[in-house]
Amino acid sequence: MKIAVCVKYVPDATGDRHFEEDKTVDRVGVDGLLSELDEYAVEQALQLKEKAENPEDVVVTALCVGPEAAVDAVRKALQMGADQGVHVVDDAIAGSDAIATSLVLAKAIERGADGAPYDLVMCGMASTDGSMSVVPAMLAERLSLPQLTLASKVETQGAQVRIQRDGDTATEVVGGTMPMVISVTDQSGEARYPSFKGIMAAKKKPLETLSLSDLGVDAGDVGLSVAWTEVAETTARPPREAGEIVKDEEGSGAKALADFLAAKKFI
Amino acid sequence: MSEILVLVDHAEGAVKKPTYEMLTLAARLGEPAAVFIGPKDKGSEVAEAVKRYGAGTVYVVDDEALKGYLVAPKAEALQQVMEKSSPGAVLIASSAEGKEIAGRLAIKTGSGLITDAVDVESDHDTAVTTQSVFAGNYTVKAKVTRGTPIITVKPNSAAPQEADGAGTVEEVSVTVSDAAKGAQIVASQPRKATGRPELTEAAIVVSGGRGTGGSFEPVEELADALGAAVGASRAAVDSGWKPHSYQIGQTGKTVSPQLYIAAGISGAIQHRAGMQTSKTIVAVNKDEEAPIFELVDFGVVGDLHTVLPAVTEEVKQRKA
Repeated sequence: MKIAVCVKYVPDATGDRHFEEDKTVDRVGVDGLLSELDEYAVEQALQLKEKAENPEDVVVTALCVGPEAAVDAVRKALQMGADQGVHVVDDAIAGSDAIATSLVLAKAIERGADGAPYDLVMCGMASTDGSMSVVPAMLAERLSLPQLTLASKVETQGAQVRIQRDGDTATEVVGGTMPMVISVTDQSGEARYPSFKGIMAAKKKPLETLSLSDLGVDAGDVGLSVAWTEVAETTARPPREAGEIVKDEEGSGAKALADFLAAKKFI
Repeated sequence: MSEILVLVDHAEGAVKKPTYEMLTLAARLGEPAAVFIGPKDKGSEVAEAVKRYGAGTVYVVDDEALKGYLVAPKAEALQQVMEKSSPGAVLIASSAEGKEIAGRLAIKTGSGLITDAVDVESDHDTAVTTQSVFAGNYTVKAKVTRGTPIITVKPNSAAPQEADGAGTVEEVSVTVSDAAKGAQIVASQPRKATGRPELTEAAIVVSGGRGTGGSFEPVEELADALGAAVGASRAAVDSGWKPHSYQIGQTGKTVSPQLYIAAGISGAIQHRAGMQTSKTIVAVNKDEEAPIFELVDFGVVGDLHTVLPAVTEEVKQRKA
């Protein structure tokens, strides 16, 4: 079985994230890392491998589209236990929206791994930067594959897959047959930390770097200039004005809070 | 003026408030029209509801052949309605499903997509959206430059405005490809109704975190006294105290109520991402160093287990 895990390199959410002059997310001048939500997808892929009858027959490929530094996201996946990596890097990709990114990913997925098509394409539930949560659905659309998305549980039996999807109004069980696109939520199970052994082993794992022409993608179909959306302006939210903070002493806090709520007409 | 399609957000034909908000936004861009994908016999009921908020045409797509599958058939149905209507834009509620439908529709129709808009305005006949990004630290204005703008809209993005619409029902029969039937819903367990407002639509939200120690009664009782929805931090959800549908934050829901009360929540960036744009923020926390206090309009340093019940009593007395 061949599994592709899509991983994104994102600015560290705990750092100071900002925009560049061209109103794209600054991905170069800030600390970046593998999107935390994609770690869950790597984890689920590795669990499928480990649970397989012949784990060595399952090949997990970490797939990333992003600038030079984004190779760190692929490396992290390899350290966690993915078998090989593919990094699509091309200056023309900079500023791509989800539409173009899904095009490049789809082309990279269509290549398959080691001459065989992927049985599963796994993604996180969203990125931690753009957080649109649409790329898995776009990939399914582009690749004409079933989408079993936002899974909090993934179970396979042969080529049959069942996932649990915790929606707003109901918890659903969704089933389908491979090949398919799966996305997993942060409820699917803690992602492992790379072990020392994993970190050492990752250095020897195959990591392929591809350009757009390797994938047969026209550079004119991606990037900021042809994005199907345009950002007109970005404004930093003004810091909130410091509020009033009281210390509760024998019920004074509750009284003060009730007074505040009444003054604001909430009661 | 072209039609602006609004995909009706509903539960078995009961129209939800975000639909009216989207119709109100649609009226700024063109002629509001509704698309109802659901049981056909509810079509006229839905039309009656949405015409009060300005819907002209109400496209009714019977979901008998669609409902056993995840997302893909709905995107196909919407594409076929778009072919009929040639709309100026399509507005869809920013739920998990709504965003997935929008993503597929964008690829199908070669259209640009904007998700999680908190406002939509018209600028020289172009839809300009406002989004709140990077955990609410930035506001972004954007527009679609190709195809038909497909925009997903967050709840509470506009105050619904009543307007007389024709509410003309037009039944549309759609064809669903076999490819779209690849993900089948094999079981569905509806969530129990809590009797409280929906988290993303509520005017007031009271949420609890690690500091509750798992006892949510003080949080729930205050919420009920205020007529509020109940939320939870990721720590509380990960501890199994509340289901994921309660989670507020980056990987849960984003709320933007008039009043947000955080009890026993430290205020990590992941949580802020889900509540930072609330109008008024209140926190109760034992730890005076908790980062949540940087955001608040009013904060109480104290034990939520004593402060909240006392506030609940005060609220009940003052309301009586």
